[in-house]
Parts: sequence; structure tokens; C-alpha cells
Amino acid sequence: MGIEQASSFSRVPDERATARDDLGRGGHVFGWMSRTVRVALGPGSRSARADDLAPLARDAGVPARSAAYERYLRALRRRTRSIQAWQLGVVVVFLILWEVAPRANWINPMLTSYPSAVARTFMTMLEDGSLAKHTWVTFSETVVGFGGGMLLGTVCAVLLWWSTFLYRVLDPFIVVLNAMPKIALVPIFYIWLGDVASIYAMAIAVSVFITILMLYTGFQAIDPDKIKLVRLFGASRWKVLTKIVLPGSVPTMISTLKVNVGLALVGVVVGEFQAAKAGLGFLIVYGSQIFQMNLVMTAIVVLAVISSLLFVAIQALESTMLRRHGAVGAAS
Amino acid sequence: MLAPSGSAPPVVTIRDVTLHYFTPERETLALSSVSLEVERGEFIAVVGSSGCGKSTLLSIVSGLLPPSAGDIFIEGRKITAPSPQVGYMFQKDTLLEWRTVLDNVLIGAELLDLDMGVARRRAQELLRRYGLGEFMHSLPHQLSGGMRQRAALARTLCPEPDLLLLDEPFSALDYQTRLALSDEIAGILAAEHKTVILVTHDIGEAISMADRVVVMSRRPGRIKSEHRISFPSHGSTRPGPLEARKCAEFAGYFQTIWDELDLHQAQ
Repeated sequence: MGIEQASSFSRVPDERATARDDLGRGGHVFGWMSRTVRVALGPGSRSARADDLAPLARDAGVPARSAAYERYLRALRRRTRSIQAWQLGVVVVFLILWEVAPRANWINPMLTSYPSAVARTFMTMLEDGSLAKHTWVTFSETVVGFGGGMLLGTVCAVLLWWSTFLYRVLDPFIVVLNAMPKIALVPIFYIWLGDVASIYAMAIAVSVFITILMLYTGFQAIDPDKIKLVRLFGASRWKVLTKIVLPGSVPTMISTLKVNVGLALVGVVVGEFQAAKAGLGFLIVYGSQIFQMNLVMTAIVVLAVISSLLFVAIQALESTMLRRHGAVGAAS
Repeated sequence: MLAPSGSAPPVVTIRDVTLHYFTPERETLALSSVSLEVERGEFIAVVGSSGCGKSTLLSIVSGLLPPSAGDIFIEGRKITAPSPQVGYMFQKDTLLEWRTVLDNVLIGAELLDLDMGVARRRAQELLRRYGLGEFMHSLPHQLSGGMRQRAALARTLCPEPDLLLLDEPFSALDYQTRLALSDEIAGILAAEHKTVILVTHDIGEAISMADRVVVMSRRPGRIKSEHRISFPSHGSTRPGPLEARKCAEFAGYFQTIWDELDLHQAQ
């Protein structure tokens, strides 16, 4: 089908690559950030993504593109560039205001610090290695908590799928536990588990219930005819799980990962507020206690970078997995 | 066990099958004392309005749903669980979108623990025969509706079942594809001498494909009448579905079955 077409018009893929260059990589950071935001909004909103141009280029199907189509592509590129320029502008204006306002004494510099001071603190901490230490502590706690929450949540969701009776019994408890503000548990976890384990426990507690609920709902949404299909071939319940339910839930698992990566970070930072001797959450609390806003702001900037990196990593995983699993979005 | 009768024993015997099911609101009698025999190589179509229990009957014959009363025998053996002798086709193709077309066709062999080498060769041959040779390693979403349903047929036929149960396999397709594909599949099934039970609400599809049309009443489903379909005007051979629709006898069968279904009262 499309594959043969693309190869018979060898010029088309080249042109596609150019279009993608212009649209996607144009303004490095903001290119992926705008994509990230769109994907986060849900599959319906991936309007003018670079890859969406591919079918257009292919549908044109002729080596020479019409002038109108060229104009359309140019307009599309112009719009993307203008959006990226505005995004960059917002950040620049924000940074300038943040720098100027305290210096002009519009606001008290003790309260906000300013970007150049934050940058100096950042460099100093980078040189003495303390930034790497604190960042690594928070990062590893987040990844472990996130993995733990995911694993525990998946096991629980499978058990609930396995036994409808168990689901009926536990359903109200899971809903209540999910709705409860887990942050209220931080002091209890600290008393029960001590300073290290309580942070992992917090990260898991924040993410595990929503994982259970999302995955269970995903399992229930599997087409019953697919389950009937394998049962007609004599499949046991275990085979139904491994051949249909789990592979069919890969898209749900990825949505769950996306939700959890943010939640686990919240859990870790809140846990560190209470308990830790290290980590970015500890830096934030320590910095505010000694009124060192440079320290607080540096830690917050690093947190923003960590959460972006984790999100981008999950997105890369998503695109490889969904391609292998037959691009569910493209099926309909 | 069934005592072998004088002529060839039927492939399927449905004997006094009744099904009740319960919901908190009410008790429903879905099927009431349904009996039917299907001979080897015969193509039976069961027609009825929606909700008459015809798909339920198919689930019971497949061994997935135990009847409240009555028995199913396939090749003289009582059916209590799904059997590899029986192949089933759904309204939707139910291809697994994370598997390639070939791996979809092989899922039966995989679950039934058949010899995978043999199964793979047969699957490849079936796919080539159905015009899907180039798409073996494609994912289902790269195929059109008709191609997907042909892949589903290959999946059903790969473990070589004796009996095929078709649960409205064409109704999700557009009209042209439906006519073309039912013609093609009827040809394939006739060539392989398969015994078939087709469930449909499409009277034309039933008459054009089947040797015998069984009309079911509205709930509780029971067998209202049976019609042996033949097209003497076409000569001694059974015409294919597209040809059959053009035969003089077609309109007469259609009218008779239409009247029996009482569709105008179905509201």
C-alpha cells in the first residue's frame, strides 16, 4: 500500500525529511516541548505534528507538488515557527522580569532571588559536586518509587482482574484510598519506616492506587470477542492474561506511566521535605529555613529538568512500543 | 453416544437445547428446545431478528456456553468445552493489532500446541491463496476491512476444523465488500468441503450462501421453519452467492422467509 508508493517516488521521502527538519527540530528545546505538551493533552490533540505531514506528502503522490500545496506547507511551517518564537519569547520575558524586578527594587530580592544569582549558585554547586549528589538522590528515589508503584499496581490490577469477587470486595477501598491526600501520611510513614524507606513508601503510595484503577479499567476495556477467540482455542485464564489482556493493555500502561512519573516525583519531594538529609526536596526546605532563595530556586529548576527528562524518556518508550504494538491510534 | 443411523451420521446434532439466563431484574428464556442436525459438507444458515438467540446458539455449539438443558454432539461426541474441531468466525475480525498477520493466523496453532512448523507452512499457504501473501508480516491496521476478514478466515481455517461457525462475519463490512467477500468465502468453503453453520439477520445472504435456511422465532428462540434451498434454473450445480442472487428462485425464497420472520412486527 503506502509503502510501495513511497519507494516508487524516491523524492517524496526526502522532501518529507526536510519538512520534518523544519517543523520538528527547528527550535530545539521548544520543538520537543510543544510536542510534549500536545501529547500530554491526549491523542486527539496531536494536530500538526511533524510526522502527520508524512501521509500528506505521500497522498500528493506526484513528484511535482502543486503551487497551492507548496503554499500550504509554507504556511504550516510559518505557523509552527511563530508558535515556537512566542514560546521562547515567554521564557525570555519571564527571565528578564525576574532579573530586573528585584534589582529595581520593585520586589524584595530576599524573596525571589534573581536568575543570575541562581545561575551562580548552580555553577558553584555543580563544581563542588553537591548538586550532582542531591539530584542523584532525588532522581534515584523517583525512579525506584515509580517502578515500585507501577509493579505493585500492575500485580494488584491483575489480581482484581483474576477475581471479580476480590474486585467487588476491594473496589470501594481503592477508590477511597486513591481520593485520600497521601501527603497526610508523610509523618506516619516517617515514624513507621524511618528517613529512607518513608520516601520510597511515599512515592509508591502516591502512584499505586491510580495505577490499579487505570490498569483495571484498561483490562476491562479489552474487546470481549478477543478473549472469546482465545478461549475457543482452549486458552486457560493464564493464557488469556498473557496472550490478550497484558499485550492489549500496553497503550493503557503507557498512559499510566505518564501519570505516574509526575506523581512519583511529588511523592519523593514531599517525603524529602519531612525526612531527608539529602535530595532536592531537602535543599528546598533547608534553603527556605536559612532564607537562601538561590538554593531553593536552583533546586526547583533542577526538578523541572528532571520531570521533563523523565517525561521525554516515557514518550520515547511510547513511540517505540506503540509502533511495535500496531499503532492503536492509527487503526481506526 | 448417538447410534449411527442408516445414512451418513450428522456432523452436528443439536438436541433439545434450552437456555435460561438470569439477571437481577428477570429470568429470560433465550432458547427453547432447539433441535437441528447438520450433515457433512452442508451449509446451514440460521436467520432470525436480533435478540432471537441465534448467536447464543452458536456459542453453545462451540462449547463455550453450557446449555441449561439439552446436548450438542459433534461427530458423535458430546461437547462440553471448546474443541479444535470447531472453527469460529466473529462479526468483527478480532485480529490482535500487536501481532503480524501471520502471527495472528498462527494463534490457534500456538494455543492448541500444534506442530508450529506445519502450522506455519499451512498459514503461509492460506494467506497466499487469499491474496495476503505480501501482507504476512504487516500489522492488521495496514489492511483493509475485507483483507482483515480474509486474514480472520485464514486464522479460523489454519488448525483445520471440520465444522465452521460463522457469527454474522460480513455484517461489519460495507455492502460491496460484503457481497464480494461472501462470494469468495463461500467458494473457499465449498472447495474445502467444510460443514458450516452461518448465523445472520440478512435473508439474502442466507439464501445465496446456504443449502438450508433455518428460521428462528423471536425470544424465546425456537426453530420456526426450515427451507431447503435449490436453484434448478441454474442447472445441476449450486451457484455461487452472486449467481444465486440472480436466479429466478431467489425472490420466492426471500418473500417466504421475510413473511415468516414477521420483521414488520418486530417493534
